[in-house]
Formats: sequence, structure tokens, C-alpha cells
Amino acid sequence: MSNNDVILQVNDLHTYFFNRRGITKAVDGISFSLRQGETLGIVGESGCGKTMTALSLLGLIPKPGARIVSGEIILDGEDLVQKNKQEMREIRGRKISMILQDPQTSLNPVFSIGNQVIEAFSINEHGNRKSMINRAVEALRNVRVAAPESRMKDYPHQMSGGMKQRVIGAISIASSPQVIIADEPTTALDVTIQLQYLRLLKEIQSETGLAIIFITHDFGIVARMCDRVAVMYAGRIVETADVRNLFNKPSHPYTQALMGSVPQMDRTDRLVAIDGQPPALWDLPEGCRFADRCSHVRQRCHQGYPDMLRVEDDHLASCWMLDESWSNTDQEVTE
Amino acid sequence: MNQELLRVENLKKYFPVTEGLVLQRTVGHVQAVDGISFTIKNGETLGLVGESGCGKTTTSKLILRLEKPTDGNIYLDGEDIQSFRGDSLQEFRTQVQAVFQDPWSSLSPRMKVKDIVSEALVVNRNVSQKEKDDRVEEVLTQVGLHKGQGELYPHEFSGGQRQRVAVASALASYPKLIILDEPVSALDVSIRAQVMNLLVDLQRETGVAFLLVAHNLATVRYMAHHTAVMYLGQIVEYGPTEELYENPLHPYTQALFSAALPAHPDDQRDEIVLTGEVPSPINPPSGCRFHPRCPFAMDRCSVEVPLQLDKGNGHLVTCHLHE
Repeated sequence: MSNNDVILQVNDLHTYFFNRRGITKAVDGISFSLRQGETLGIVGESGCGKTMTALSLLGLIPKPGARIVSGEIILDGEDLVQKNKQEMREIRGRKISMILQDPQTSLNPVFSIGNQVIEAFSINEHGNRKSMINRAVEALRNVRVAAPESRMKDYPHQMSGGMKQRVIGAISIASSPQVIIADEPTTALDVTIQLQYLRLLKEIQSETGLAIIFITHDFGIVARMCDRVAVMYAGRIVETADVRNLFNKPSHPYTQALMGSVPQMDRTDRLVAIDGQPPALWDLPEGCRFADRCSHVRQRCHQGYPDMLRVEDDHLASCWMLDESWSNTDQEVTE
Repeated sequence: MNQELLRVENLKKYFPVTEGLVLQRTVGHVQAVDGISFTIKNGETLGLVGESGCGKTTTSKLILRLEKPTDGNIYLDGEDIQSFRGDSLQEFRTQVQAVFQDPWSSLSPRMKVKDIVSEALVVNRNVSQKEKDDRVEEVLTQVGLHKGQGELYPHEFSGGQRQRVAVASALASYPKLIILDEPVSALDVSIRAQVMNLLVDLQRETGVAFLLVAHNLATVRYMAHHTAVMYLGQIVEYGPTEELYENPLHPYTQALFSAALPAHPDDQRDEIVLTGEVPSPINPPSGCRFHPRCPFAMDRCSVEVPLQLDKGNGHLVTCHLHE
């Protein structure tokens, strides 16, 4: 694939919170790129910075308190970090948009579904009421809402979670954005409804060539949906690869441990638990952030943070074990 | 060991739906649980799976005696739990305990961990201060915390540790049955395995039985000896976990399993996509309740209620296809 396809390029992004505790490094030097029609999975546990990465891209980080300290977010040739509030309003929805986790809270309970879908359209275009209604009905039909004409007058509480999430999908693609960020869109849904929704997203993607950033903690969703994956831990990407490479050859100990700790449908051998918890983001160690929980840890891991090292083509992981000199490193394990 | 501990017979729970503010009229019933039967043996885990609104949580509340059944009976060690009064009720409360989904809301923020853990003992049994302290220390160690942590408050713990506290408090009164209502779904992925392993180990050590209510099929596969699949207040399929997962018979079970996410990107399977959503339990479909969404529905499915059939090895299924 050529570089021309890249529509979103994030370079060394740092988003920090400044508060009483000092500096909380929620996003601490993240780089990735996204091509047209591609699905990138960002996997990690809560508090690893995946949602803050998404909010940084949208220019929606909580202010005051948080700030993008450095880095670039290049969307379609423009750096979003340099944009002011008004310019970001123009970009949000039209070029980049988001689907949130909880469908119960992302719709306004006092406006009808129709109203909220029409609102999404009216940002971009102006027309008479009738044509807007038709556009909204069409949008609902595109996300496979049954009998969209009669659903237009419904309020969010009259719809099920799966239906609401579809409506949110319709709203977020209303102005045909190039990039959509889906932040755990199916965690609140039942498994059979989750499958319906994941299939719908894939269909929409193949129709429109949308690029999707899929934020999740579930490797099953990654396997089902994503082309490429970035695994995050404590504010940084620790491994990034093509989805097959990652599953065939997970190379960062954290990725390996995380995969081993998930129960599977077809086996019952004992789960490998990861002891301990992630470090606090306001008190990060100097060396590798996973060192305290890692079973391969050596002295060197505590001394410096490893660079992203090559595992194979299009597969990088930041772990000292991949360094050529690893086998020569002293074997001492520090407590 | 392998004695029957809990027997549930034809259990029903209907909640009235009312209209009007002052003079409330009953206009219908939510048939939350509609005629389910199962047993749990000592030291065994029964997994209850199903989508939201299928009656899993109502079932666990009925067993905890937090709701009164509309019909049917629940026997613990051969005794009807509705018959317990006074002392025998207090004894029952120590015998059946629960661990809930969200350890942020299930532990009182104003109580020290040692008081949370010992509460079931103190309330229901006459124990001395020393017995209490010893037991707290013992269970905290069992769940992998140290005794000093008994002096702390819940907010000083992380999610996984809080769930350990919740498990410790369920364990303190030497229960025979613990109801685990989505015990790991609020926890982080890397912490889930810790808690699941802990529960499996505790069962092996103490011989406690679990009723595991969960929507994650892999979790149930990992922990449960028997599995019951619920749909709209009824058990549609029941069997030994191994058997049921290898050979699911009911179309709903098959669809549920096919909707589980793959373990590898090359893991292609035939996905059975169910149309629509779970119908309202106020006015459930006639005949087989699954027929409006069933890909194999026949004419008789909308008319005749299917009976539970035994397909051997204790594998029960309620479906016309298998007659």
C-alpha cells in the first residue's frame, strides 16, 4: 500500500493532565497511521490512555486540566493540534467522528430520534424540513433500523440498546467523515446484538471506504474486525502489527500475557493471570512500564525504556528482549 | 461430596405491570422467570447464560430469598427455603451468599474491610470477637490479601482487590452456595483471570457450590460444570458444560455460540445472525418463545409449546427439532 492512502498520521502525541498530584501522563508519546478503508484496533486495559488518545484526536480533552503537550495529528494534510476551537467544530463530524461506549447516555433523552439525526445533517447542509426528514429516514435505513419512518418520532427510551447504538452510528456518519473512532461501541450490548452491530459496521465500511479506529479491550473484537492493531500499556503503544502477525507471534510480554489471560470457548486449561496492576500514570517508572509485572524482567528493564524494535515486517514491539544484546545482559532479576 | 445441594422446581416469578398513579390496576405481568427447574450439587458450579432480560438475575434473587416466587419451590439441602423463619432463616442467610458484578457499589464505603467481611457472621451467628478476628484473617488470606488490609476502607483498593474483598465476605460465614452474578465483567481483562482462578481454587479448597450468572460464554466454559441456557425466562438447554459446548442442540444456543468472538483472525465460522431482539416478557410469543427469531422455525413452533427432551448424558433441550 502506498503512503498516499494514509489519511490520519499521529506523531509522538503527548496528552498530560496537570493537577494536584502533579503531571498525569495519560498519553505519552504515541505514533500511528491510518489508511483509507482500514480498521485499526487500539487494545488496552482501562486507564492505559486509549480513550484519551481518541479524545485528543477529536479535540475534546477535558479543559482545563488536560493539554496536548506536544505532537502532531495530521488529518488530510492538516495538523489538528494547531486548530482553534471554532476550526475543530468544523472538522468534527465532517472529517472525524466518534461512537461512544454507552448508547444510553449518548443520545439526548428529551429529543426525538428524528430530531437528533436531522440535527446531525443540518450542521452541513441546509434544506427544507421535508428533504431533511427524508435524508434522516434514509440514514436510519442505512443503519438497518426497521421501519425508519415510524421510528423517527420515537424517543431514546423507547428503543433498545442495539437500536440506539445504530442511531448513534447514523448520526456519526451523517456528514460522511473519513475517520470514525469507535470507543468500545459494543460493550453495553448483548452478544447476539453485538454481532449484528459489528457486521453493520463492516458493511458500512465497505460501502463508504471509511477508516475506523476501534478502541477495545477484547481481543475477540480485534480478531473479528481489525486489519492492524496497536496494544497500549500505561500511556504508550507497546506493540503494533498486522492483525495476523500479532495473533501468530505476540512479541511483547504484555500482549502475550493479556492473550493468555482471556478464557476461550474451546479450551479450559488454567488461565495465566498477570499479577499486580499497571503503574500509576502520575508516578511512572523510568524504565519499562511493564517491568514490575513481567516474568522475563532483568536489571536493564528498570534502567531505560526500550525503543520500538522490529519483530518482522510491519510488526514492532518495545521490549528489550528483542534487542540483539539481550542474551548478553546480566541475568540478575531485581525485586 | 456429590450430594444434591439446591433443587429448583418449576420456579416462576411474575412482576405485575400497573397503570394509574393512585388506584393502580394490574394490566399485565412481566414473566421474568417462567417455570425453570435445575439442581446444583455440593462443590459444583452451574453456569446460567443468556442475554439481558432473560431472567438470570431474577433467578439468583429468588434463590437468595430477596424475592418471593409466584409459583414453584426452591429446596436447600431438602428444605423449602420459603419455610425458614427466625433462627432457621438466619442460618439460611449464612448458607447462601452472593458476589455481585460491581465491586465499586457492592461494598459499603463507610465500613472497614474487616467489618464488611465479618458482617454476615456477626449478624447471623453469635461469634466472639476472637472468633470473628480469626475468621477475617483466615478468609482474607484465602483470597490473597493480607490481614493488615482488614483495617483499610474499600476506596483504598483497586477493582480486582475489591472483588477479592467481596469474595472474602461471601466466604466468611462458611456458605454452601455462593451466587456469582457477573463476578468478573466489571474488571479489567488482566485482572479477570486472577479472580476466576481464585474462585476455582476456593471451590476446590472449600467445596462450596457456585451459581455463576454470566453473559460471557467463555467465562462459563472455564468455570462451570453444568450450564443452563436461558431465553425469555425459560431454560432452553441444559447439560454438562463440556457436552453442551461441543454439541449445542437448541438453535438459540447455536446462535449464541456462533456470536461469540473468534480467538484468531483466521478463525472463520458460520455466524448465525439472529434477526431482531428479545421480545418483551410481558407478552411473550406463543408456542416456543424463540420462534420469531429462530432460523429453523416450523409451523407448529408458533402453536405448540415444546417439551423438555433428554438427549442422553444429562443433556436436556426444549425444541421441536429434536423430537
